Amino acid sequence: MKDTYTITAFSENHIGLLNRITIIFTRRHINIESLTVSSTEMKGIHRFTIVVEAEEEQVVKVVNQIEKLTEVLRAEWYLNDDTVYREIALYKIPIDSAIDKNLELVLREFNAHIVDIQNDFVIIENTGHVDDTEKLYDILNPFGILQFVRSGRISISKQKKELSAYLNELPLNEYVKE
Amino acid sequence: MKEPLKITGAEAILSSLIKENVDTIFGYPGGAIMPIYDKLFDKFHKLKHILVRHEQGAAHAAQAYAMVTGKPGVCFATSGPGATNLITGITNANLDSIPIIFITAQVSSTLLGTDAFQETDMISLSMPVTKWNYQVTKANEIADAIAKAFFFAKTGRPGPVLIDITKDAQNELTEFNYKKIKSIRSYNPKPELKDEDIRTTLLLMQSSKKPLLLAGHGILLANATGQLEAFVNKTKIPVAVTLLGKSAICEDNPYYAGMLGMHGNYAPNVLTNEADLIIAAGMRFDDRVTGDLSRYAKKARIIHIDIDKAELNKNVKADIAIHADIKDFLDEIIPAINYSADKRWLEQFRKLEKIEQEKVIHKECFPENGKIRSGEVINRLSVKTAREAIIVTDVGQNQMMGARYYKYKYPNSLITSGGLGTMGFGLPAAMGAQVGRPDKTVILITGDGGFQMTAQELGTVFQYNLPVKIVIFNNNFLGMVRQWQQLFNNNRYAETNMPTPDFPLIAKAFGIEGAVVKDRAKLDQALDKMLNHNGPHLLEVKIEKEANVFPMIYPGMAVDEIILEP
Ligand SMILES: Cc1ncc(C[n+]2csc(CCOP(=O)(O)OP(=O)(O)O)c2C)c(N)n1
Repeated sequence: MKDTYTITAFSENHIGLLNRITIIFTRRHINIESLTVSSTEMKGIHRFTIVVEAEEEQVVKVVNQIEKLTEVLRAEWYLNDDTVYREIALYKIPIDSAIDKNLELVLREFNAHIVDIQNDFVIIENTGHVDDTEKLYDILNPFGILQFVRSGRISISKQKKELSAYLNELPLNEYVKE
Repeated sequence: MKEPLKITGAEAILSSLIKENVDTIFGYPGGAIMPIYDKLFDKFHKLKHILVRHEQGAAHAAQAYAMVTGKPGVCFATSGPGATNLITGITNANLDSIPIIFITAQVSSTLLGTDAFQETDMISLSMPVTKWNYQVTKANEIADAIAKAFFFAKTGRPGPVLIDITKDAQNELTEFNYKKIKSIRSYNPKPELKDEDIRTTLLLMQSSKKPLLLAGHGILLANATGQLEAFVNKTKIPVAVTLLGKSAICEDNPYYAGMLGMHGNYAPNVLTNEADLIIAAGMRFDDRVTGDLSRYAKKARIIHIDIDKAELNKNVKADIAIHADIKDFLDEIIPAINYSADKRWLEQFRKLEKIEQEKVIHKECFPENGKIRSGEVINRLSVKTAREAIIVTDVGQNQMMGARYYKYKYPNSLITSGGLGTMGFGLPAAMGAQVGRPDKTVILITGDGGFQMTAQELGTVFQYNLPVKIVIFNNNFLGMVRQWQQLFNNNRYAETNMPTPDFPLIAKAFGIEGAVVKDRAKLDQALDKMLNHNGPHLLEVKIEKEANVFPMIYPGMAVDEIILEP
């Protein structure tokens, strides 16, 4: 049965690694729903957060294949319940609609806020799950959406052993010479 | 203070290779790689260069060289077409886990991404088929990049790596200070063996009445043939091998049970589905080995040991998946063994072997009439060379016959293209094997089709006077495909029928002695002449045109449904 999985991989900063990772998904015809690359608490180590809709068996194989890459320190997978995850969405709407007092109610309900106001438009930011982003989109649609953008997922696992502890155990240098 | 000594990037590359104990390079020059070849001119006393006739040949030769010497192979190619010509060879090495360092030249860094003359994005092209690759744009990166390349290629599950070096980096001056790499934090080539894995393996063995050991290429790659022999002798567990696992155990061993897979032996395929315990050692349950997965080894508990974690539970679900170096595993378990397999189980193998012997092997190796059969040629070669030769095959029927009918004795004495099944692999691989082992008789077994894919390498054989013995089985067909057309497409021989050139004459044109044999009565003489000839020799053997390779597991069949005769 298909489900939503979040795959997290920690890696050295190496040009081309993103490509190597995505090849693993393309070969198995797995569509990447979202992908975020960011730095971590440890200097030089990067974090890939990849969301896919797939079957568990496939996900396990893919994660093994990611971890096999020579620059990947560690790869893990989670179901939604095992992580806290968020995405950000930005909505640009015309200033005229923004004056509509219903907007304020909407913003309050979603805990969204206005991050920029210009002569002819405002920009609203919201953080939440995919559903929240989509619900807010539907509500704002009648106000006239000029532009809409959303980020990929970021996620933090709920597991006990802190990843930072794992990262901290790593040697400082990427490699040791003879 | 004195200025530190500086050398060019090109020289740094060669010096790095020398530091890694490289003494042989297979390659082909061109514009972008000229600075390297210019420096090589002064280093021929340390670095022997074999000039091939096509870059694909360099890659295959380097692969065979690596397989027979245990040292990584090294290949040079220029940018653009030189580099892209390598791709088949890189892929072949990747699927068969062979350490090769590919060095490709690239246009100057200022021209990258501009579609400059002979620019190809070799990093992207080679990404899916290398273990690691890296583009060098500055001379001071060279030493580190090459040190990493060797480390990745040789350790863990070995594989090909590629370094792409821009022309300006080759010309730039740099200080040179080479240090080999000892460890890399993101990469664990030596997984730790757990006591628990040994314990559970022993436990499962204890309760097993019908254990079967499957030995793969991993045994050879891990240099664990001695350990395998010791394990088998102690446990008396029958041992079957994969195609690339051939020669991992001497075929005289009393517990040797034959080859697995589509054209493997009858007994190990049938009894895979009888076994109650399968110990898979350094093999990956390729689909050519398992047949229909849903009906594979259903009565057995499966213990799978591999150094590559991604292979565990990939095709076959293991009851115990052991992520370890097979050599460590065997070293650890052998002293703890207090088990011996039931003799009656081994007898089951012997019974089925007899059937195969009567129905297939005897007819193939000792035919009395009709045209020459490839099996009898290989059987005679096995006897005549006292099983001391290195056999290199191409792909197709000739490959299966070469694997089946030579009686392998020494580790790494079969060089063949397993995972990719690359026609054209044979001749260049035979060259590489001969370069690596000048002391050995190297015999190439090839088909009329595959030989013509890389026949230009006869030029290389001639240039370096490599005394390879080339046996072409000419059936005027792309035999293996024809066999499938006969069996599954109602004899509709679509584009598998091929007129062939005068092969001995082609050899002659390259300055190589050649002969042809058609009659059984003259076969021994022709083979003796070839083997006794001091230098390369090509022997074309006109064989039975529509001979088939059997036994065979038809596509979709389970391993125990293997068919002895059509
Ligand atoms: C490069 C390449 N192209 C196509 C194939 C498909 N193929 C597999 S075996 C075979 C026939 C080989 O014919 P030949 O070399 O004459 O050898 P034979 O089977 O007759 O011994 C073909 C075409 C292949 N394995 N490799």
